Amino acid sequence: MEWIFKPWPWYVGGPMIALILFLLLFFGKSFGMSSNLRTLCTLCGAGRNSDFFKFDWKTQQWNLFVAVGAIIGGWIAMHFLSTETAVLLNEDTVAQLHQLNIKSAGKAYLPEELFGLDSLLKPKIVASLALGGFLVGFGARYAGGCTSGHAISGLSNLQLVSLYAVIGFFIGGLVMNHFLLPIIL
Amino acid sequence: MRQIIFLFIGILFGIVMFKSEAASWFRIYEMFQFNSFHMYGIIGSALAIGVVMTQLIKRYKIKSAFGETIVIPDKAKSFYRYSLGGTIFGLGWGLSGACPGPIFTLLGAGFLPIIVVLVFAVIGTWVYGMLMNKLPH
Repeated sequence: MEWIFKPWPWYVGGPMIALILFLLLFFGKSFGMSSNLRTLCTLCGAGRNSDFFKFDWKTQQWNLFVAVGAIIGGWIAMHFLSTETAVLLNEDTVAQLHQLNIKSAGKAYLPEELFGLDSLLKPKIVASLALGGFLVGFGARYAGGCTSGHAISGLSNLQLVSLYAVIGFFIGGLVMNHFLLPIIL
Repeated sequence: MRQIIFLFIGILFGIVMFKSEAASWFRIYEMFQFNSFHMYGIIGSALAIGVVMTQLIKRYKIKSAFGETIVIPDKAKSFYRYSLGGTIFGLGWGLSGACPGPIFTLLGAGFLPIIVVLVFAVIGTWVYGMLMNKLPH
């Protein structure tokens, strides 16, 4: 049981994600986390601004339960299922991140420089996180799904349009990673 | 009561996202640098199993736990919305290092600045809803 407390290798993580996809299908639903963002808009009264948000949110209540579960799961994993949370990165990655002033690379789960509590007092970091979140929310709904909806569910169902979306995810991610992040950080 | 099932599936999902490090900004950074197989292994193996599973469910018309045949609808055909929306999503993924699932997981793990990402992801979705009729789909 010792392995549970260490970071899980890809060949555990990947099949477990497939299991989640199966469980959601088996219980008559689908795997798509970004839909919850739309439901949250509806709950906040976005139906006043756009018909897109005028739907019975109770039909999506099950997915909100998945999201609340994901929050609880994160808490459980962090506090009860981990002895060590530092992500062991490739040495080249660590060296690169040091050049970008991300000194916590190789020593933490998330970069301290972006997700440490004092980041909330740094306007530039808050603006970067806000921009990242905005693009994730806007892009996921425009594309009709995120990593779970397209890269896992959609491609599993051999949907060509999900391949367009996933190629888009990578084009956007590569542009951000190679050209924009060095400027932003 | 049925909803409790989904709470437990979510808890399992949150644990998997955290423990597999798919919720780590560092892993996403490393993936876009092509410096590690980790994320490709996760997505690739999930997908390989997912394809076989989905095709079996469809071919054998497997029934759900509630006795209904599982229906997996096709997505609407189009090019622009998926490629443009996908690229915008990718820019955000590369910057925040978190896609929608891990945003919830990281909130639970106690990384409070992720709240900024979550709030703006909701705002981004809201703005999409207001502009959608003007965007190419």
